Amino acid sequence: MVAYFSEIFYGLISLFQGMAITFKEFIKPPVTVSYPYETLPMCDRFRGHVELIENEDGKANCVVCGLCARACPSGCITLAGVKPEGEKKKVLTKYILDFTRCSLCGSCVESCNFNALEFSKEYNLASRRKEDFIFDLLGRLEDRNR
Amino acid sequence: MSSPIELQSDETFILNVGPQHPATHGVLRVKMEMNGEYIVEAETVIGYIHRMHEKMGELKTYPQYLMNLSRMDYLGALGYSHGHVLVVEKAAGIEVPERAEYIRAIMVELNRVASHLFWFGAFVMDLGGFSPLMYALQDREHILDMLEAVTGSRLTYCYFRYGGLYNDVDDQFIESARKFIPRMRKSLKKYHTLVTGNIIFRKRLEGVAPLSKETCRKYGASSAVARGSGINFDVRKNEPYSVYPEFDFDVPVYHGCDSLARYNVRMDEIEQSLRIIEQGLDKLPGGPIMPKKKPKIIKPPVGDYYQAVETARGSFGVRLVSDGGKTPYRLKLRSPTYSNMHLFDESCRGMLISDALAFMGSLDLVIPEIDR
Repeated sequence: MVAYFSEIFYGLISLFQGMAITFKEFIKPPVTVSYPYETLPMCDRFRGHVELIENEDGKANCVVCGLCARACPSGCITLAGVKPEGEKKKVLTKYILDFTRCSLCGSCVESCNFNALEFSKEYNLASRRKEDFIFDLLGRLEDRNR
Repeated sequence: MSSPIELQSDETFILNVGPQHPATHGVLRVKMEMNGEYIVEAETVIGYIHRMHEKMGELKTYPQYLMNLSRMDYLGALGYSHGHVLVVEKAAGIEVPERAEYIRAIMVELNRVASHLFWFGAFVMDLGGFSPLMYALQDREHILDMLEAVTGSRLTYCYFRYGGLYNDVDDQFIESARKFIPRMRKSLKKYHTLVTGNIIFRKRLEGVAPLSKETCRKYGASSAVARGSGINFDVRKNEPYSVYPEFDFDVPVYHGCDSLARYNVRMDEIEQSLRIIEQGLDKLPGGPIMPKKKPKIIKPPVGDYYQAVETARGSFGVRLVSDGGKTPYRLKLRSPTYSNMHLFDESCRGMLISDALAFMGSLDLVIPEIDR
């Protein structure tokens, strides 16, 4: 009998303690951000999709060694280049990233020995068309320089 | 007017819970044979998101496979990566610098706290309380921010490398981790007052879904499921790996065998993880995060290697059979929740459906990790 009533009594106290915490939290300022009206800055090391890095002349640093394409676990990278006569290095002519298959692991950036690839800070990537996710990185680089 | 169907006392019907159901936390389907509100027989049906992770392990080279491990369990990804890098390092004989091992341990423990926080929120939500989830997510957000600043992503980290780490931690991380520990301790107190002491919560869990020691052993259960049934087994203590022997921490064991015991074990584990993080930050040595000598192409010698680690969900094992090539001959992943889940089929007979869902919550199932 005593146990029965003491259980009710302590049970009620536990409920009121819980209510007190809920009330305290209720009057605290909100911690959420009303996305998409407000956005938070991405951190420095954020791993977005890759972008090509340009040199001083506005050309891609890439020398078409193909290490990134070989390191990629999903085979998203297709690249091509030509060797102009009289030059030592190859020049990039095509760099296609198939973002539909990319899992943002960063193996390509890590494998690059020529400082040619970096992560972008882009994360708002939504589209209904598959073609929108086949990125022509060289074209994007030229667009940026325009 | 149609009259409701009256069931005879021995008549049963089949109820499908899932594969798209909020209480199953993923694409798990449970086929239940019900007699009224009581479960006569239940069968878990898995495989809805089978992604052939083991087969991929045989097809991809070692570095290419690294990122797959963080896709197995989306709540405690780092623990799984840890198991994999450890077994490959063991096989290929790669030395890991001390600093890297310490950072790995700190990261894995932070990830464990994040995982337990999410479980705590989701578990209480299964029982009908919504606000604890929001409080838990608020704390978890701090951990994810810290991990994101270091690793570059919030869930699928891909941070560990064979021999070390992807990049080093900075002072800002150490400072925020130090600030986080007292904050989390304060929140734990809040959770205990809000949830653990709550009479309704206790009444829903006390004595519900008893799992005996023998059943746990029979099914190979681990993590809080086994420790809530009085089995004192934690891979970090029993088969020490990495730098865990350097840390002073306890393994919480409860003998209640019920859902409340499993809950208590996980809540105590958060505190123990905080202790490990604290010690790790104090002891963190300087030095490189990658070894000086590392083979360019990883080709472990012919052999059979195994390494178990304690992840947030239990003991995760990786068995690697190498034929000396660039890809493993066989890569077996022992997933802890796969074993834990089968306890559900065994133990939910005769249980009320609402109790059974609370029981399922206490098992802490992550379906992508079961299906893998």
